[in-house]
Amino acid sequence: MVESLACDVLVIGAGPAGLNAAATARMAGADVLLVDSQPLPGGQIWRSADGKQHPEVEALSPELADVSIMHSTTVLDWCGLESIMLLSGTSVYRVAAKAVVIATGARELFLPFPGWTLPGVMGVGGIQALKKSGLEVVGRKIVVAGSGPLLLEVAASLRRSGAQVQAVVEQAPWPKLAKFGLRLLRSRSKLQQALDLRRDIRDVPYKMDTWVTEAEGDTWLRSVKLSDGSSYECHYLATSYGLVPNVELAQLAGCEIVNGFVKVDARGRTSVENVYCAGEPTGIGGVDAAVVEGEIAGYAAAGDFASARALFGKRNRTDAFTRALSDTFALRGELRQVSDSSIVCRCEDVTLSQLKEHKDWRTAKLHTRCGMGPCQGRVCGPAARFLVGWEPGEARAPLFPTSVGALVENARTEATL
Amino acid sequence: MADVFTIWVDGEPVEARGGETVAAVLLNRGLVSAYLAGKEGDASPIGRISKSGSPRAPLCGMGTCFECRVTVEGVPQTRGCVTLCQPHMVIQTSG
Repeated sequence: MVESLACDVLVIGAGPAGLNAAATARMAGADVLLVDSQPLPGGQIWRSADGKQHPEVEALSPELADVSIMHSTTVLDWCGLESIMLLSGTSVYRVAAKAVVIATGARELFLPFPGWTLPGVMGVGGIQALKKSGLEVVGRKIVVAGSGPLLLEVAASLRRSGAQVQAVVEQAPWPKLAKFGLRLLRSRSKLQQALDLRRDIRDVPYKMDTWVTEAEGDTWLRSVKLSDGSSYECHYLATSYGLVPNVELAQLAGCEIVNGFVKVDARGRTSVENVYCAGEPTGIGGVDAAVVEGEIAGYAAAGDFASARALFGKRNRTDAFTRALSDTFALRGELRQVSDSSIVCRCEDVTLSQLKEHKDWRTAKLHTRCGMGPCQGRVCGPAARFLVGWEPGEARAPLFPTSVGALVENARTEATL
Repeated sequence: MADVFTIWVDGEPVEARGGETVAAVLLNRGLVSAYLAGKEGDASPIGRISKSGSPRAPLCGMGTCFECRVTVEGVPQTRGCVTLCQPHMVIQTSG
């Protein structure tokens, strides 16, 4: 039994971009339905800690009072704006919307290396998310490695929570980092953040131009080896090399993707009429860009173009940071020189040497099953793109592993369209 | 102060708190037992065993990698990192 829902604006994703899009669409008078894959709103950067809402999410509560929110819900299929199929638990819903804002955020970029599949190795945003969901870090030895401003932020957060942060290991070189640091000083709030950070981790070794070459252990991580020859004992290794935009839903909806990002105009409109996109899927710009892009897209989706336009200046001021991020944290070639025995596809245990026997993603997938596991290429796809230059295939429904029961209900509904 | 309750992992009682996810609870338990156990095979399972027989634990923490999948209340392939623990929840790992 598929329940039908209708709304003016459907917002997918309840992170900074989605929450703000839902708020402004509502303020513009639209009937808004907000769906999110997590059990609590806030996305990653505004994730609830120990069940308590993030202050930024709290602050938006008044504007979201009349917005219907469906948690733990994902988009199952897209058959046009009149038939967006949602999956919530085992229930399937069909939504008819006049406009949609896709605010699906980003995930972390994982680069394979020997031992990265050991328990204890997780993402940088990943360890933060798990810490906020109850992961015990007091007294745990943790190495934070990879690339991006998230490394220092998470290292400081872990330190404040009582973890023993052994080292922060950044692959970017000093000149680039210095330039990025100076850039931050121009903004008073960012300067304050930087000073707080420095205070929190001043006794933690910070290595630049360095990366993890190996993780060692039997059934759990025991230590990591770095490119400068040093090694550290640790219980956890938090490692990721930046962010990958979650463009799968936009692809499924037929939106044009350019250089891996959803192409949008100044109002956030994609190449598909009445479909908007805001936040990381349009370009990795962090929370400030996500907030204003969400605000603009929400107004535009609700038809209030004047209010959307009034925010263009605020939006343009976030462009420089977006560019600085990609310039500073560009990934070095040495990260490709990992042992061929490294696992690339974790779902199907496919190694780099197995992948290299094939010429492209599609052939490799057919022969090795790389990309055919539950992650549907979300982890191995970006890794393969970086390591061997392959472009992964188009996203297809269902976007997440789905029960046969839900697929049958979905198919039955679509047969009536 | 978050409420404390019992969940069941592979038939054993485990303490959990409101606001904690299944993945976090299994990781805490897995780390402690891995370091106390000292020997392979004695560590508490965190979740799944890979195709080639290696133990795996959460990687992404945000529902995209599926390494944390366990059976929750009889439903297999459930991501532990997006599942909040509830009193008396029954979980089976494949470890």
